[in-house]
Amino acid sequence: MNQMQNFTKGFLKENPVFVLLLGMCPTLGTSTSAINGLGMGLATTFVLVMSNMVVSLVKDFIPDKVRIPSYIVIIASFVTIVELTMQAYLPSLFESLGLFIPLIVVNCIVLGRAEAFASKNGVWSSILDGLGMGLGFAFALTLLGASREILGSSSVFGFDFAKGDLMLVFILAPGAFIVLGYLIAIINKLNKA
Amino acid sequence: MEYFVIIVGSIFVSNIVLTQFLGICPFVGVSNRLTTSIGMGGAVLFVLTLATMVTWLIQYYLLVPFGLQFMQTIVFILVIAALVQMVEIILKKVSPALYEALGVFLPLITTNCAVLGVAILTVQKQFNLLEGAVFAMSNAIGFTLALVIFAGIREHLDTMEVPKGMRGVPIALVTAGILALAFMGFTGMVK
Repeated sequence: MNQMQNFTKGFLKENPVFVLLLGMCPTLGTSTSAINGLGMGLATTFVLVMSNMVVSLVKDFIPDKVRIPSYIVIIASFVTIVELTMQAYLPSLFESLGLFIPLIVVNCIVLGRAEAFASKNGVWSSILDGLGMGLGFAFALTLLGASREILGSSSVFGFDFAKGDLMLVFILAPGAFIVLGYLIAIINKLNKA
Repeated sequence: MEYFVIIVGSIFVSNIVLTQFLGICPFVGVSNRLTTSIGMGGAVLFVLTLATMVTWLIQYYLLVPFGLQFMQTIVFILVIAALVQMVEIILKKVSPALYEALGVFLPLITTNCAVLGVAILTVQKQFNLLEGAVFAMSNAIGFTLALVIFAGIREHLDTMEVPKGMRGVPIALVTAGILALAFMGFTGMVK
């Protein structure tokens, strides 16, 4: 697999949300609007790239038996960096993402890529893999967030295109499940074609 | 009365799976069969309550006195991971029967965001130790309830004729959405 494929596979063919079904909790929980989805996606991308990089750098020094706890510590450190930075510079986004920022630690995508890819590959391809997967995740969250925002409050990225709310249920919890279900069905169809 | 509000609030009104979106992975992953989802629920009940109490003690007797609250995420996840491992070892020795029943689900729980989520929520809501334990326990019951209902529906769904493109995960998610819609009926019951 060449470098370009390491990067692009995350978008459609191996999209972490639509195809691999990883990281469902933040996907459903933070995609109430396109902006929130994008913010969460980019925060996860940062953690994913940095942890992939560090894991692939230290993979030769970590004994096999303690590798999972070590990976968790590496990931948790970067999550804490994101958490504190966001609290300082983007307080409103931090407020609306709330609990899901610390929960990036237990996002299966991050640990999954560290274990499945970064621990076996070089630094450069690990960074690209993290970037591709992270942006694929961000893409999925933004798409889901935008769809819910359009259906629910008739706006995209905060810009209203019609007055008032459409179907409020799509902003609320049930809408997240329903919209994601249909999006997965559509992406499956596209991937097969 | 306060405890009653916590219990009803976290089982029905703000159900951890269907309105807070925590623990979705096992919700979609292990909810194919009724028996496995009860097993998973039992394991979560056990670990969640224990983890919340231990992290509560660490938060108030270790992190706060030393001004280390920013280390919360790192410390909590390590404690939970170690705790799950410990529970697994102890259970294997003390009660092999229970280990047989819960064993396969235990490693999965470390990455179950419900555990870390509830631990952090307990600190955020400033519960005391007993309230925290009740909160954790009722959240675990809420989790099990959602899982069991969903498993029951999915067992029926297997025999239904579902449009080709919607088979598998998509129909499961839409079903979960409708279930969440039903749970919205509890909104406003407390507070």
